[in-house]
Amino acid sequence: MQQTYVQPEFRVKIDYDKCHKCGRCVQQCGWGVYDFNERPLPHDEKCRACHRCVTYCPAHCITIEKNTLAFRDNDNWSADARKAVWRQADTGGVLLTSMGNPRPYERIFDKLVLDACQVTNPSIDPLREPMELRTFLGRKPDSVAVEMDGKGGYRLAEGAGMKNNVELAVPLIFGPMSYGSVSLNVHRSLALAAERLGILMNTGEGGLHEDLYPYQDNVIVQVASGRFGVTPELLQRGAAIEIKIGQGAKPGIGGHLPGEKVDREVSATRMIPQGSDAISPAPHHDIYSIEDLRQLIFALKEASGYKTVGVKIAAVHNVAAIASGIVRAGADYIYLDGFRGGTGAAPAVVRDHIGIPVEIAIAAVDQRLRDEGIRNQASIIAAGSIRSSADMAKAIALGADVVAIGTAALLSLGCHLCQSCHTGNCSWGITTQKPELTRRIDPEWGAARLTNLVNAWSHELQEILGALGVNAVESLRGSRERLRAIGLGEQTCRILGVKPAGM
Amino acid sequence: MTDVRHATPVGVTEGYRRISPKVTRDGDIALIDATGVYYEQLNAAVRGAIADGATTVRIEGVNGQRYIGAGIRAPGVRIEAYGTAGNDSAMFADGAEIHVFGNAQDGIGNTMSSGRVVVHGDAGDVLGYGMRGGRILVKGDVGYRVGIHMKAFEKDVPVVVCGGKARDFFGEYMAGGVLVLLGMETQFPEQPLVGGFVGTGMHGGVIYLRGAVEAWQCGGEVGVSTATAEDLASLRPHVEEWAGAFDADADEILAGPFTRLAPMSHRPYGKLYASL
Ligand code: SF4
Ligand code: SF4
Ligand code: SF4
Repeated sequence: MQQTYVQPEFRVKIDYDKCHKCGRCVQQCGWGVYDFNERPLPHDEKCRACHRCVTYCPAHCITIEKNTLAFRDNDNWSADARKAVWRQADTGGVLLTSMGNPRPYERIFDKLVLDACQVTNPSIDPLREPMELRTFLGRKPDSVAVEMDGKGGYRLAEGAGMKNNVELAVPLIFGPMSYGSVSLNVHRSLALAAERLGILMNTGEGGLHEDLYPYQDNVIVQVASGRFGVTPELLQRGAAIEIKIGQGAKPGIGGHLPGEKVDREVSATRMIPQGSDAISPAPHHDIYSIEDLRQLIFALKEASGYKTVGVKIAAVHNVAAIASGIVRAGADYIYLDGFRGGTGAAPAVVRDHIGIPVEIAIAAVDQRLRDEGIRNQASIIAAGSIRSSADMAKAIALGADVVAIGTAALLSLGCHLCQSCHTGNCSWGITTQKPELTRRIDPEWGAARLTNLVNAWSHELQEILGALGVNAVESLRGSRERLRAIGLGEQTCRILGVKPAGM
Repeated sequence: MTDVRHATPVGVTEGYRRISPKVTRDGDIALIDATGVYYEQLNAAVRGAIADGATTVRIEGVNGQRYIGAGIRAPGVRIEAYGTAGNDSAMFADGAEIHVFGNAQDGIGNTMSSGRVVVHGDAGDVLGYGMRGGRILVKGDVGYRVGIHMKAFEKDVPVVVCGGKARDFFGEYMAGGVLVLLGMETQFPEQPLVGGFVGTGMHGGVIYLRGAVEAWQCGGEVGVSTATAEDLASLRPHVEEWAGAFDADADEILAGPFTRLAPMSHRPYGKLYASL
């Protein structure tokens, strides 16, 4: 075989003086990096820097280092760009990768800061005062009708108020990740945690495994172009239904679960033969217009007894106009997935170069829907790299009702962002179907970690709200006056509807 | 009190009334007059009749109302629509026997799970999209993108038999099931049997065409061959079912030459990618 020019990206260094020769690293590595002959012998070129072996080595004697080969400096032709060319010259293939866009585009969240009360209006102590985080997903009424309650007061009129909204204890849900791309134990962890937290998980496009039926009231079921596992039963089980049009990591292209990941259980849930590729076409073949989308939304409502139906799109250039069409088509929520959103597999060229930041999308969509007087008709869910409660608060201040997390949820389960989910060998047992790897996640343990994470963020959000002097997350929604920009251009500030700091 | 769900000023509903249609019962048969009734109320009445124990629901005066029989999980129930069935009729259908005495619009049997749909006329685009079980029989012509992404799993093998001609993208992305085009009952005798892009991206299932196709009409992922005696034997029950529904002679149909299209791989894009 011809020698590849692509040298190993990492070096696996073992301090053999400390090594117990226990072989645990061999067994822990999902990518088969280690041979063992009296002592572990790593093959550097297979290492993905997932740190599983590092974490579980009892002697703490493994270090993963960057293989810092001295390429001749060239700001234009980065080492990565050169390697990509060599790899494609080797294979002729579309370069496949996973997780979110890692490139150094401007991170708008990091250039926004929140306000706080000082002197003239008091802040609120969330430890002593009630602080409402409850959020309702779905269409809100155009008007409110009240009637006398006969005791000198008023109450909501009969039949007035919200219909078919899904109640969330906090303005955060788990983003769609299909069973197939992640393991069943990950789905179980998410479902258990969603139930305990009073929030939702999302099946992604792979259908709902029957083990998750007990949690169906905390599950959004997804309908994507491949229509995998979509039966009237599925639609009747979910708490809400989501039409997946696009994904932030790969706007405009379909999904492709390689046959290797379609084992018996995945095949039964998706209702396709074992070992065959699960291909989701780029478009839904029954949606070529907003009118067609409306037709599908109402088909799903008809088939489900008028449940909440949302539409998930990738944030792209004309996102505001598209969102307006989606809301007019009758969607109860619109899910905006920014270009940093994660994926189980996507062509690198698409992940890294298509789409726009979610911060911009939230502000543009919220403003457009308000200008058109239809903001009440749909909730906005924002996703695409929500990394902390600060990102969550900023997204809400920009106009989102709810945020969704995918990558952050997987990080809490052990993911180390090695961007290798598409290989199906995840050492952490997350994005794999190999039984020896998937059993590394115990759903109870996973649910406890997810619950901790969301509880921690919720408390932090309450702290932020208290500092802002408001006692309900609703008061923050779309309140861009409580944000300021540091170092963002004038045009971007205008689109975000945010003033520069000092103004 | 207006229903907030419909406060949006979208969707043409003029000429239709948001009132429940008249339902009369004759033993196990429920008779519904759909004239001028909006689809939501019409379909609620269909579901109501089934819940009340009707085993046949006969709808008269159907004039393009959508979603007739959509999402209904009712094995043993028969729904008859007289007139033109609207878009997405029999979508997500799961068990019922649905007859359209007239033409049917787009998306018939979309994402269908089981049961049987018989269209005694022509049908539009995207018939049987994503279908995973059950059967659809169409007497006449069908439109574009018919049988796209049909799939099969274990005993669930969907079957679509169309008596007329079809347009482009017939069986595109097909992942399972049987898709048959006879080209006999057609309004377009001068047109080709089928358009272009037949079976593009196909990775499962089989397509039978009564007649020949040119290489340019077929997707690169399909193998094209003349149907063998063995193929015809497996096709026979489907043709017999169609012939039975529309009073035709199965032997006469099967005497014609059939072309068989099947995928060359169940992983057509397996070699497209290189891992980073
Ligand atoms: S796990 Fe650590 S101690 Fe055990 S063999 Fe590997 S390097 Fe040595
Ligand atoms: S891939 Fe992960 S487990 Fe394997 S050697 Fe590298 S860091 Fe260790
Ligand atoms: S899920 Fe697994 S394979 Fe994917 S990035 Fe995280 S650690 Fe790596």
